[in-house]
Amino acid sequence: MWRYSRISDLDLDSYTLAAPSATVVPPALQPILDAIGARSALVIGGQPVGPVADGLVIGLDDQPAPLGEVAGEPDALVALNAAFCELLTMRVEKGTVLRDPVVVVTWVDGDGTSLFPRTLVNAEAGADAGIIEILASPDVASLVVPVTEVDLADGAHLKYLTIQVLGPRVWQVGTQASRLGRDADFLSYNVALGGDYARVRSESVLAGAGGTSRLLAMFLGDDRQMHDFATVQSHRGKHTTSDLLFKGAVANDSHSVYRGLIRVEKGASGTNAYQTNRNLVLGQGAHADSVPTLEIEENDVRCSHASAVGPIDEEQRFYLESRGVPPEMADRLIVSGFLDDVLERVPVPQLLPWLRATLAERLAQAEAVRP
Amino acid sequence: MSHVLLIEGLRANVGSKEILRGIDLEVNSGEVHVVMGPNGSGKSTLSHVIAGRPGYEVTGGKVTLDGLDLLTLPAWKRARAGLFLAMQYPIEVPGVSLVDALSAAFVSNGRPPALVPDLLAAEADRVGLDRRFLLRPLNVDLSGGERKRNETVQLGVIGPLFAVLDEIDSGLDVDALRAVARRIEGATAESGLGVLAITHYNRLLNELHADRIHVLIEGRIVASGGPELAEELETTGYAAYGVDEPVVVGAAVGAARLAGAAGAASGAGNGGRPGASAARTDLDPFADPFA
Repeated sequence: MWRYSRISDLDLDSYTLAAPSATVVPPALQPILDAIGARSALVIGGQPVGPVADGLVIGLDDQPAPLGEVAGEPDALVALNAAFCELLTMRVEKGTVLRDPVVVVTWVDGDGTSLFPRTLVNAEAGADAGIIEILASPDVASLVVPVTEVDLADGAHLKYLTIQVLGPRVWQVGTQASRLGRDADFLSYNVALGGDYARVRSESVLAGAGGTSRLLAMFLGDDRQMHDFATVQSHRGKHTTSDLLFKGAVANDSHSVYRGLIRVEKGASGTNAYQTNRNLVLGQGAHADSVPTLEIEENDVRCSHASAVGPIDEEQRFYLESRGVPPEMADRLIVSGFLDDVLERVPVPQLLPWLRATLAERLAQAEAVRP
Repeated sequence: MSHVLLIEGLRANVGSKEILRGIDLEVNSGEVHVVMGPNGSGKSTLSHVIAGRPGYEVTGGKVTLDGLDLLTLPAWKRARAGLFLAMQYPIEVPGVSLVDALSAAFVSNGRPPALVPDLLAAEADRVGLDRRFLLRPLNVDLSGGERKRNETVQLGVIGPLFAVLDEIDSGLDVDALRAVARRIEGATAESGLGVLAITHYNRLLNELHADRIHVLIEGRIVASGGPELAEELETTGYAAYGVDEPVVVGAAVGAARLAGAAGAASGAGNGGRPGASAARTDLDPFADPFA
């Protein structure tokens, strides 16, 4: 599971355990909070700040499920997280529909420290909610090992958006696990822009019949950054659907890895499972690996996977150039356009302008350091 | 002010094969030059080399715009100097709208990008392109005809000094061809646009008034003349130039008849050049049957 990754460079001894992270909104994050607007609750450093909507229970000790029940067998870092974590639990009560998203901010600001946030989300039967997790830091050399477990009861609907804008020296080794009950509907969306080595392992288990899980990610690598994604779409219940779309671009000397597994277990008949990973390689020293895999133990299934790695299409660039657009601007337009189909599916539409602007800014930076 | 696009002794290869073997052309502001030739004569190569498309090696000669050597410039600087290429097969650019692309072009050219949306809307109306296409990703899910109208809209918004039209007439029904040709003629009259139109089909000349016709055979201009040269080609084909290929006039007759009928139903007339259409009604498969 760790093939292709830089994880062997990780030196745990170089970090000390951090004190609980900030509990006020860091000024750097105000623009994104403004863009989100109304919310059902704001959680910073594991603590709710301000009012919490009815039907939403946030607590440090209201533990709906044992640690690891959703995440499954832990790898070394999930085990480490379990040992050192600050636990946050969120429960959306049965039948509750939260109109506005819950915003969870993790601000990693201790230089030389490690942080182990653990989030357990329980969407009870028929609940409908959205959670936006913002993982951010100033320019510090830190390690963050977030583990999020999402449990969706029968008929629950949950959208989970993670916006990772960590500083360029932060290591992230994250795990996101979801388990879906009957007819549950889950959407996970990762925006990965920051970090030095940024790893997200995302596993969705379709346990009950009729569940639907959509996994999306948009990433941009720059400098010597590495984005490392591992995904598992695990079908256990009958007539379940999963659909994955991960798209990203790597500039300069950055690197991305995508490893995706669709697993259809015996008995999961009527499964529909799709997986698409497309990568645009922008820099001479940039590199993208894409390794999709299928493991199917049932007959009556429909599965497909597609992956692509390639540079900017010369014809597209020429077309824009022939209109008088300089090549750097043309490239930026093409990359934004390439990412746009995943971008526009972001579950919080009011965030789109902020996302587009942030992406444009990052692309301009990527270009500025181009040799 | 009059401008000149001058092509002198232009030679170019694709791989190790010489495609252009010494082309000389002079296009002045307001003039329409049409280059005709059989398949494989080098028509598209000529347009691509002028515009700077990758994949061609220029082995000799010059292309200048008011004395500025275009061949040493990257494609976008040629465009900025006043050259426009309308492509035979406009490229799809997923996720990038016409507004985005032309705004970027305006910014790089020091023009206010805020002008782009209104200009686009006005140009779209002029060539009958539904305005909703302006917001779609460039050329994605557009029909052949819509793409050509789209190219013409861009030409209108950018307002170049010279336009190279690479088979602007292919894939167009008669109404679209007429709309596109009128817009281009309008630009020659209004802003003195100089046009180098490259075509396989004589029918373009039914709609676009040409000042000069050039016959391109195996990478060389073998004959140049007035509009009468096109009529001659129509009857004799390229046989006189040693090529056994008729000039295609009626390839799209069926489609054109349907389109013509649709045009009549929507109230589009066959105006423009009444003399020409009247004289050719019996021959011209694109003439409006109800005119």
